[in-house]
Amino acid sequence: MTACRETAAVLLEQLAGGQATSLELTESCLAEIAAHDESIGAFLHVAADAALVSAESIDRRRAAGEPLGRLAGLPVALKDVLVTSDQPTTCASRMLEGWNPPYDAHTVERLRQADAVLIGKTNMDEFAMGSTTENSAVGPTRTPWRLDCVAGGSSGGSAAAVAAGFAPLAVGSDTGGSIRQPASCCGVVGLKPTYGRVSRYGLVAYASSLDQVGPFARDVASAALLLEVLAGHDSRDGTCVELPVPGYSERLDEPLEGLRIGICPEHFARGLDGEVRETIERALDVYRGLGAVIREIELKHAKFAVACYYLVAPSEASSNLARYDGIHYGRRVDDYDGLVQMYSDSRGAAFGSEVKRRIMLGTYALSAGYYDAYYLKAQKVRRLIAEDYSRAFASVDVIASPVAPTPAVPLGQLTGDPLEMYLADIYTISANLAGIPGISIPAGFSSDGRPIGLQLLGNAFAEEQLLRAAAMHERETQWHQAIPDLDRDAPS
Amino acid sequence: MTSAGIIIGLEVHVQLQTRTKIFCGCLNRFNPDEPNVQTCPVCLGLPGALPVMNRLALELSLQAGLALEGSIAGFTKWDRKQYYYPDLPKAYQISQYDLPLCQGGHLDVEVEQQDGEIETRTIRLIRVHLEEDAGKNLHDETGGGGESRVDLNRAGTPLLEIVSEPDIRSATEAYRFLEELRLLMVYLGISDCNMQEGSLRCDANINLELTNPAGEAVRTPIVEVKNLNSFRGVEAALTYEITRQQKEFDEFDGVYPDDSKQTRGWDADRGVTFAQRGKEDASDYRYFPDPDLLPVTFTDEYIAGLRDGLCEPPAQRRRRFVQQLGLSDYDAAVLIDQGPQTADYFESVAMQCSDAKRAANWVTQDVLRELNERDQAIVDFAVDADGLATLISLITSQELTTRSAREVFAVLVEGGGGEGTVAERIDRIVQQRGLAAVADTAQLDQLIDTVIAGNQQAAEDFRVGKDAAIGRLIGEVMREAGGADPQKVREALIAKLRS
Repeated sequence: MTACRETAAVLLEQLAGGQATSLELTESCLAEIAAHDESIGAFLHVAADAALVSAESIDRRRAAGEPLGRLAGLPVALKDVLVTSDQPTTCASRMLEGWNPPYDAHTVERLRQADAVLIGKTNMDEFAMGSTTENSAVGPTRTPWRLDCVAGGSSGGSAAAVAAGFAPLAVGSDTGGSIRQPASCCGVVGLKPTYGRVSRYGLVAYASSLDQVGPFARDVASAALLLEVLAGHDSRDGTCVELPVPGYSERLDEPLEGLRIGICPEHFARGLDGEVRETIERALDVYRGLGAVIREIELKHAKFAVACYYLVAPSEASSNLARYDGIHYGRRVDDYDGLVQMYSDSRGAAFGSEVKRRIMLGTYALSAGYYDAYYLKAQKVRRLIAEDYSRAFASVDVIASPVAPTPAVPLGQLTGDPLEMYLADIYTISANLAGIPGISIPAGFSSDGRPIGLQLLGNAFAEEQLLRAAAMHERETQWHQAIPDLDRDAPS
Repeated sequence: MTSAGIIIGLEVHVQLQTRTKIFCGCLNRFNPDEPNVQTCPVCLGLPGALPVMNRLALELSLQAGLALEGSIAGFTKWDRKQYYYPDLPKAYQISQYDLPLCQGGHLDVEVEQQDGEIETRTIRLIRVHLEEDAGKNLHDETGGGGESRVDLNRAGTPLLEIVSEPDIRSATEAYRFLEELRLLMVYLGISDCNMQEGSLRCDANINLELTNPAGEAVRTPIVEVKNLNSFRGVEAALTYEITRQQKEFDEFDGVYPDDSKQTRGWDADRGVTFAQRGKEDASDYRYFPDPDLLPVTFTDEYIAGLRDGLCEPPAQRRRRFVQQLGLSDYDAAVLIDQGPQTADYFESVAMQCSDAKRAANWVTQDVLRELNERDQAIVDFAVDADGLATLISLITSQELTTRSAREVFAVLVEGGGGEGTVAERIDRIVQQRGLAAVADTAQLDQLIDTVIAGNQQAAEDFRVGKDAAIGRLIGEVMREAGGADPQKVREALIAKLRS
């Protein structure tokens, strides 16, 4: 089966041209999932029957000459943090085990309107809290490149699904790097849009002021295509902006003349893996070769980003996750003595330890007497970080950096050390704090075969520029053509 | 207990009269009979759902703030007030913490003092803010220990919280404050303030400043009284608390073992307050700005536009009815209390017939009686303002007696008088019933002579001093004359009999 190893953009052409049918494509994806997902763990739920029905129906409509949506017939995997009316939604938590939402997320509606085939729900860190997908209540997701290593997180399932050829496109969410970092670990393209570019309606909230939905794809053009479908105004999300959505995929082939790339010297300092550093430097050389100018920029408050993030995000999370109280839906313990015990026992039993840790952090930070010193101060630092970026984008078009300090880590390496795990978010979380878009694109491999991504950050609502800059590197390097061999023996 | 020592502050919640809820498109409608039908992912607090501010709710709140003469914030935001309760599906209430949309303001109420004098008291307000209502927990009240249930129809109803300064000095004053507030909200179209349906709810804080045996002023611990479900209930509960706190003070000689704030409920059946929680929990609601709702700023022009659109406040209108239209305080109050439609109706009648006092009499007596009997709203009433004004004008011009006008009115109320304009219908009724007033004195003279001649015994009785006998004669004349003025008939009869 090679069909699902093609990029989405190519597959759409084949579908439109009659060289392939949606049914063939969907069957081929389902076969890959059946053959390999047991070892990878990308999916929490595979909607095989519904996907086949939907694929057949789209093929019929195509045969009848009916007008079809932008992604007609293309299988798309959804991170299990987006609510779906016809598939369970669990956020990889025991808390929501068996919960069937009565509605579709805005982005899910968009995908249905685009005639995408919704093939299943992907694994993630519980409630999107984590960087390795090991915090899933169901089990970890492994990068298809090295089954002893994590897929990254929290959208590890979506990234791995695309890398493994289980689906040409997947949707994820990014609160502190949860799209970009697993994209890097899995060697695919992942984009976090500007905050407000994509509606959050139906995205189960982790940290409301940071969460954003975005695309995973095998190449930049396909990511651009999926973003076009996901982005746009939605009156049900007050933070979603009313700006027109540019045709991101239209001018991808045109290089940006005189591209100015900013780099921050601190990004290449202590703690960065040597192979990652070399990979990023090679990528910068590629850009130099294309006529780009590399400039050093100053991000004065970048060093506070991790601290700032781990106050803002848990604070909002502690509030957002309070609704899981065992009353209206979700897990409720069978035996309890009184209301308070019902709350505490249900939450105690159903949440994993990382979720509990962040709820406690946030509850503490918002408590009377601490609010000013923690949450309020963090919000002020956040503004300074955002201002740093505004200043930087006055002199550069994009900012290049690593995605993570290391390639995908071996399973279990970070789970015992939450602080080490938090520090690994250092390159990605600033974009969420500043609300700006960022993309991770394949830039090479470590000597032991783990993918390494390059991160590019752009100014707010400059996704088009970001995608064009990413496409320049992709055309030159072709790293996105590399495909993991799923049939080799899994390392022990 | 002098009123100087009574310290009362009220916290009032008013449900706004919007078509839809505050953050979603669900209907905002009192509907206790079908639980959980007016719900959607947003007001159910389902994962992934997001609130979007209802523009009308915001506008009504601003209008309330303006009418209460508070200062409208140029910048306001919503905060999450976090606590666990089954009727609160998100486990936080979206409310306003440190930047309410309106601060300050006041409500003036006229209160009859112990000496019978009316005093205008200015009750200052601390703040007015907009928040969401919670749902309702339903417990098995049979005592059978059945399951508790939650109805979320009410969850997400826009709710205005109005907090007064502790400026209220008596239970009656609290009652008057609520009445005046209700009228203002009703006139502004902000709320129907129906306490039975919970669209106005009130908690009262009360304590006393008393003098202890050492001659020092001591304040009794503040008590918050909850479960107040009628204005009279508020008054009664506060009256009870004043006595209770006084008594408790005497028992303790002003030295309390525990002087923390206490929450008490009101048992309307037994007429007593009772301790609900031993001690006010030091709740930490962990307020923080709701990241799902953007802060709002208002331009001066926008606020000025809203201010210009405000109706005349009921208190001012009541004053105008007295000072400009010459009504009694009582009539003015009755008319205003009926609500804006009735006040409009009255004013329309008064303007058209140019006799405000007579118009007030007709509206407060005849019209209200008919409406009460029919359980009808003024807008559905069969006699519109034009009709009543026409009728009153005919009395003023002496074309109809008041008695005949009442008869015509009764026919009009039943929809009689055939087709056409009200004036045409009135004409027709007057014709058919021969109600046109007998203005011709000669004709009346002749009629009186005939009646006296036909009732010699009654005439004789009157002449010898049996005054009551005149009634029979008046009745006879009236019957013959159709639309005669009974007062005129009486005068003419007496003149004749005594001549």
